[in-house]
Amino acid sequence: MRWLGLGLAAVLALGLALVLGPTPVPWAALGSSDIVRELRLPRALLAFLVGGGLGLAGAALQALVRNPLADPFLLGLSGGAGLGAVLAIATHLSGPWTLPLAAFAGALAAMALVYRLGLAGGAELDPRALILGGVAVGAFAGAVTTAIVSLASAVELRNALLWLWGGFSGSSWDGVLVVCLYFPVPLVVLLAAARPLDLLALGEEPARYLGADVARVRRRVYVAASLLTAAAVAVSGVIGFVGLIVPHAMRALWGHQHRVLLPAAFLGGGILLTLADTVARVVVAPRELPVGIVTALVGVPVFALLMRRWTAS
Amino acid sequence: MDRELILDVRGVSYRYPGARTEALHDVALALGAGDFHAVLGPNGSGKTTLVRVALGVLAPHQGAARLLGRPAAGWSRRELARIAAVVPQREENLFPQRVRDTVLLGRYPHLSLWGAERPADHAAVARALEGCDVAHLADRWIWTLSGGEYQRVRLARALAQEPRLLVLDEPTSSLDVRHEMELFELARRLADESRLAVLLITHHLNLAARFADRVLLLSEGGVVAHGPPGDVLTREAVERVFGWPVAIERFQDRPQMIPLRSRKDGA
Repeated sequence: MRWLGLGLAAVLALGLALVLGPTPVPWAALGSSDIVRELRLPRALLAFLVGGGLGLAGAALQALVRNPLADPFLLGLSGGAGLGAVLAIATHLSGPWTLPLAAFAGALAAMALVYRLGLAGGAELDPRALILGGVAVGAFAGAVTTAIVSLASAVELRNALLWLWGGFSGSSWDGVLVVCLYFPVPLVVLLAAARPLDLLALGEEPARYLGADVARVRRRVYVAASLLTAAAVAVSGVIGFVGLIVPHAMRALWGHQHRVLLPAAFLGGGILLTLADTVARVVVAPRELPVGIVTALVGVPVFALLMRRWTAS
Repeated sequence: MDRELILDVRGVSYRYPGARTEALHDVALALGAGDFHAVLGPNGSGKTTLVRVALGVLAPHQGAARLLGRPAAGWSRRELARIAAVVPQREENLFPQRVRDTVLLGRYPHLSLWGAERPADHAAVARALEGCDVAHLADRWIWTLSGGEYQRVRLARALAQEPRLLVLDEPTSSLDVRHEMELFELARRLADESRLAVLLITHHLNLAARFADRVLLLSEGGVVAHGPPGDVLTREAVERVFGWPVAIERFQDRPQMIPLRSRKDGA
């Protein structure tokens, strides 16, 4: 029943994304319209996949670092991606895939660095060191990014900032294809970690005694969630709040078992981001809002509501 | 030895990284089915470290810990969790959870990667809930439980693992007399009737003396004495280890320790 509701909501969100837009498309022409087929459909699918990836990565990371306030971008990836993108703009690299690839490379570099810091001198990832390392790497990358932006010309600066705020305006079927090829591995790794994540919520030592290979679970979850986030940022820039509020919303509605929570967070993230992107396209048409602003404007009040419900019960 | 040992710890020593002294020095311990042993000692004497070494969480620098004849490090964590269940001293639930789901976590070592829980798993959970007298709490949230109920739920989770060795790490430190006695009686029954090997870590000398077959007294990581309670819990040994004058009386043929009011009292 709940899955049916979530599935219907997903279909509805995708449907709205196809129907709504600055250019009116008559109902009868929806199937044959180039605008729908070449612009709105790939864009809606991409928004759904990225939102799902962020929701799932957020849910897994919150259990990994044992902190309900964790967000996929807490671990320094957004800083690394931003730095990669701005570097590419500043050095005048060109080509259609340059920005996504540069952002992806930056995110991966940040991930590797944070992972190294997360080992904290031992052989195992330490969640606290991961958070601190993520914040440190993110701050450092942010400082370098700002330094580059402050030296850049006005047009470049605007491009860089807009890109960092995120959006799906450049979506294409190629992008959908790349994401569809890339996502399955990290998705499967995270879903396979669902039960061990339930154990990790009790703490490291109880989880071990219940049979979890804590070190391996942490490595896999960190790398898989980071790979999802890095791809998301490469596709659409930094889109906040999806990875934070969606897991919480799903926890409030569905409980805390990760076998249920993780798939639900994927669907929920997809729904939220598809709707947010539709709003971003429509409200100030023919111009667009960065979708990250919409997720923040919608997400924060929803989050406040959920927190009230959660603390009240 | 003609009977199978479930846990066999021999001459283990362990030093935490960066520590100057050994947390464990040359400690031995062996349990078979139906044995109920207690580990006693002051704070920091190595009790919890002994559990970690015995169950392969820490690798001893010397000696070896074996479970069912194989070194602890030779088992995977999942395999170990089917042999030995631990009720750790501390844990925190990051997320709210209901009692039944908490106990179901004990089935993790028996579940396949993608498979759902089978009827056998739910049956094991039901038995564990029943055995620990918490079946009526199954749908309650964990945080609404009293201290005694919460400890019984954690014990039920350990039993849901269907282990052969049960380790209880200071399970009654926050319980009143009745709940404490209920837990000790339950642990003793598990040893007698279900033939579980039970290793109890506790600060309660008197209860350990009455419930355990053998007692291991630790001090600063080393073994002070190891054997039947009457042999181990002598006035000299207890006073030396805990640094406080005591009298030892007998009750139902077991030693009972009475701490004296001050160093001038009695003795």
